[in-house]
Amino acid sequence: MPATTARQRTAPRPNGRRHPAPAAAAAADEDATAAPPLTAVTAGREPLQLLTPDGKPVPHPHLTPERDPAALRRMYRDMVLTRAFDAEATALQRQGELGLWTPLAGQEAAQIGSAHALRPDDFVFPSYREHGVAWCRGVDPVSLVSIFRGVTHGGWDPAAHNFHLYTLVVGAHPLHATGYAMGVARDGADSAVIAYFGDGASSQGDVAEAFTFAAVNQAPVVFFCQNNQWAISVPAERQSRVPLYQRAQGYGFPGVRVDGNDVLAVQAVTRAALERARSGRGPVLIEAFTYRMGAHTTSDDPTRYRMQAELAEWQAKDPVQRLRRHLERLDAADAAFFTATEEDGRELARSVRTAVRTMPDPEPSVMFEHIHAAGHRQVDAERAWFAAYQDGFAPEEDEDR
Amino acid sequence: MTATATAATTATATTATAPAAPAGELTLAAALNAALRRSLEDDPKVLVMGEDVGTLGGVFRITDGLQKDFGETRVFDTPLAESGIVGTAIGLAMRGYRPVVEIQFDGFVFPAFDQIVTQLAKMRFRSHGTVTLPVVIRIPYGGGIGAVEHHSESPEAYFAHTGGLKVLSPATPADAYGMLRQAIAGPDPVIFFEPKRRYWDKGPVDLDAPPASPYQARVVRPGTDLTLAAYGPMVAVCLAAAQAAAEEGRSLEVIDLRSLSPLDTGTVAESVVRTGRLVVAHEAPSFFGPGAELASAVQESCFYSLQAPVLRVGGFHAPYPPARVEHEYLPGLDRVLDAVDRALAH
Ligand SMILES: Cc1ncc(C[n+]2csc(CCOP(=O)(O)OP(=O)(O)O)c2C)c(N)n1
Ligand SMILES: [Mg+2]
Repeated sequence: MPATTARQRTAPRPNGRRHPAPAAAAAADEDATAAPPLTAVTAGREPLQLLTPDGKPVPHPHLTPERDPAALRRMYRDMVLTRAFDAEATALQRQGELGLWTPLAGQEAAQIGSAHALRPDDFVFPSYREHGVAWCRGVDPVSLVSIFRGVTHGGWDPAAHNFHLYTLVVGAHPLHATGYAMGVARDGADSAVIAYFGDGASSQGDVAEAFTFAAVNQAPVVFFCQNNQWAISVPAERQSRVPLYQRAQGYGFPGVRVDGNDVLAVQAVTRAALERARSGRGPVLIEAFTYRMGAHTTSDDPTRYRMQAELAEWQAKDPVQRLRRHLERLDAADAAFFTATEEDGRELARSVRTAVRTMPDPEPSVMFEHIHAAGHRQVDAERAWFAAYQDGFAPEEDEDR
Repeated sequence: MTATATAATTATATTATAPAAPAGELTLAAALNAALRRSLEDDPKVLVMGEDVGTLGGVFRITDGLQKDFGETRVFDTPLAESGIVGTAIGLAMRGYRPVVEIQFDGFVFPAFDQIVTQLAKMRFRSHGTVTLPVVIRIPYGGGIGAVEHHSESPEAYFAHTGGLKVLSPATPADAYGMLRQAIAGPDPVIFFEPKRRYWDKGPVDLDAPPASPYQARVVRPGTDLTLAAYGPMVAVCLAAAQAAAEEGRSLEVIDLRSLSPLDTGTVAESVVRTGRLVVAHEAPSFFGPGAELASAVQESCFYSLQAPVLRVGGFHAPYPPARVEHEYLPGLDRVLDAVDRALAH
């Protein structure tokens, strides 16, 4: 029984962990000895907050925000850089260099905060907008944009980053995350798995099945739902009559609604959830309450279905500005840092731009590669036919030029 | 994923209020919109449902303006769950409604595959004809628009392979209009494949013409040397091939199959008896594809008329590739002409 394996790990943890147990997780764990863990932080519909929109700390009885100035600066830098290459990718699409882009603008805190709660050995299953998480896992932004340029369907080796490929079929991958977590438990490892998906995806049958499998197996998986209020043109209220975090209750695991534009709250809650998963106490659903500031994709026109006022309201809660104000308040960063970070963002955007503009098209023969581990009669025959067909053309085409 | 690069430039369909002029030119997208509109007007039981079909009018704007004019009870956004969409459409149909379901892209029909194959297709048979499910599932399909993964597929063979379903695909605005209306009015479930890269092609549409049966193939260009059979997005490619061949003195007959199930093998056989040669073209993979079915039927009925083996031009037995190489994957003009040359060489 995987559940048993997992539970056995509750007691002493192996030494040699790569990261010390974060303070927030410790708080939740202590809480767990008496009552079910995380219940103390799953307060209610009001998203859990550790930082007000103007960067003031909000005390919490069980969660401790990240306080190390260097760590805070690293998070800020990741948010700024992510925003910079996201904006650049949108621009590149406008210039015809990309076929499509899925902007993450507005969701930086949800992504960077949760990514900063992860250990390197944890495994991430993203959907298609997790550019900030990808960045924190060391995935080259150029690999991300290459998907949207139509150069590849993949772009990186998932094992090299413990970050799976983007999944474009809405809601398919939380099941993969759950199965992966079941494997982690069988191995007796203390890694955790996290699956990112949206408010719209929460309606998919596969996501409901992931919840069921994760719960009955007590799998070490955290379901991280970025409720950005919209699934293309459909508002979140059309996906659920109850706040999404409450769904977890029916499956028998905790759900938390966190302010998704508050990077400190997201980080602390995700840490607590990951620690809970690691210690064999099963899944957690985190609903990061946030907002998609841009279009669904570069093909989308949000003015057709939502009010400008809504955007303005969320702009006032901008996640990057919030952390900046907090850093200023703490005196944890000076003007030189902010200027240098902005410049790093511009530099990253420049390098992505150059790489995209000079990115070669793949050889057509890639169509026939990596379909099967070894040969396949029909694929091999078609590959050979195609090569001969192309060879037949080449001289004539050259003459034409 | 979603709305593709091209969707942004989608021509707005017929304006919500003004009915399109009879016998006017419409894009294929506008013709579909007009068909939905007319069907909603004609029968109060017709419903339009799917992801983003309401306020947005669909990512391709096929349902543009319909919610505004027919209300949220008849034209509505569903939760993001294809199995749920088709499953509830089945229930609505059992209750006497005629749901017209939109699946946002070809690659996203699969969460609903179970409902389609095990329930929608089999209900009439299971119920000895007592349960009728007039459900139409509209699916924008096919490649060539530079989209990301799952947005360019041609999965029609899965459905044509399933007993109990009808499978249609129009190639022109006029057929888009007429065939969709017929599909909605008919008693059986129909999987209606819309050639998305032809959404912006224009053609004459007579909104009041008596609808022709969608289940018959049609000769769209007569010829004597070889028969080219296609459907959906490939009909235009085959017409262009016939034009190019004509310039070299070869006369190709082009047939638009229109329906894959039922498949009008008779019209094709009648043509092949005259021309002696057949090339079948589709974007779907050739392997176990619709062309194989047609080739088999034709060699059975036209064996002594055939002067060359029946050849197929189609996609490869491979996942649809990234957009930057899709034009090598898709059977284009050159690949069709290559097959024509090989058939004529016999
Ligand atoms: C199975 C499936 N159905 C439909 C789509 C088309 N589609 C892509 S994204 C999207 C909305 C997703 O909304 P949500 O889950 O809230 O994520 P968000 O895009 O807001 O990040 C839709 C309908 C898809 N990619 N996959
Ligand atoms: Mg969303």
